Amino acid sequence: MGLETDYEIPVVTTTAEFVVQWARRSAIWPVTFGLACCAIEMMAMASSRYDISRFGAEVFRGSPRQSDLMIIAGRLSRKMAPALRRIYDQMPEPKWVISMGACASCGGVFDNYAIVQGSDQVVPVDVFIPGCPPRPEAVIYGIVQLQKKIAASKLDQTPKVRIA
Amino acid sequence: MTAADIIAALAPAVPGAAYEPLASADSDVTPVILVPAEHLIATCQALQGPGLEYVAFSDVTAVDFHPARDPRFDVVYHLVSPHRRARVRLKVRVNADVEVPSLTPVFPGAGWPEREVYDLFGIVFDGHQDLRRLMMPDDWEGHPLRKDYPVQLRKDAQTYMPLQVTEEEFRANVERDRHVRTTPKP
Repeated sequence: MGLETDYEIPVVTTTAEFVVQWARRSAIWPVTFGLACCAIEMMAMASSRYDISRFGAEVFRGSPRQSDLMIIAGRLSRKMAPALRRIYDQMPEPKWVISMGACASCGGVFDNYAIVQGSDQVVPVDVFIPGCPPRPEAVIYGIVQLQKKIAASKLDQTPKVRIA
Repeated sequence: MTAADIIAALAPAVPGAAYEPLASADSDVTPVILVPAEHLIATCQALQGPGLEYVAFSDVTAVDFHPARDPRFDVVYHLVSPHRRARVRLKVRVNADVEVPSLTPVFPGAGWPEREVYDLFGIVFDGHQDLRRLMMPDDWEGHPLRKDYPVQLRKDAQTYMPLQVTEEEFRANVERDRHVRTTPKP
């Protein structure tokens, strides 16, 4: 990026890749999707006290077809896994996934037959957020990490390898 | 009304049934009666009679005492008498290979609780019209609340939905809808 002052109007030069990724990371629309108690913290993150709109990710969409980001907020049961996968498959590319909390990341305290031991068995996860549940600040930090990841990614990157 | 009073009231209505009052921490508010499985339906019908009026079905659940006891299961029924503001708890002792008569002919609301007990304990209810799993996925193996179930089971997560209807059911639904739409209303 550079500032050209030789012209009558100052001109900023940059790459198309930077502009596209800047647009993508500055308007992350998460899908309205909560599984358990972590979703309460996710809602707090979106409300005025923590205000995720400062980072451009406050537009929770009711339809996965309008969403960029899926925050897996809570324990993912085996019966829910196909539904989660179906929602993920309906999201348009490019799309990102945050695994929020201990249960979504590794099963947490629910080491039993009913809970998937890590949601990365079902969808490719970009950012794992630890905590039980993570505080809203931690989720905001996770979203900022995701923004850094998007900014660093290449435009011609092929879609992620999908599992199963 | 104590368990002994209820048994005395039931005895003429259900001849030949060997009831037994059981001890419980709350037996002063909820009498507990052990019922033979073959007399369960007759007992529930008699419990709706005058003087008892246990007309409301509250719940059915089960307890697994494996491996300490044989028969291993207690199937536990809770009935309520709204008129007398009283409750009663019936217990049926069975093994896994014995079928318990379904209470759906007496209490239609028993259908889903019995499905839940079947799903989680594997107790089969004889006479139930639609004994499918309720909690676990349809193609699940085993009954998780049994004491000999491997709780920390390691299994790959499914990422696809099992088909909910068979092809024949799907065609039958389409045919029925077409019939409804094309038949002129009277």
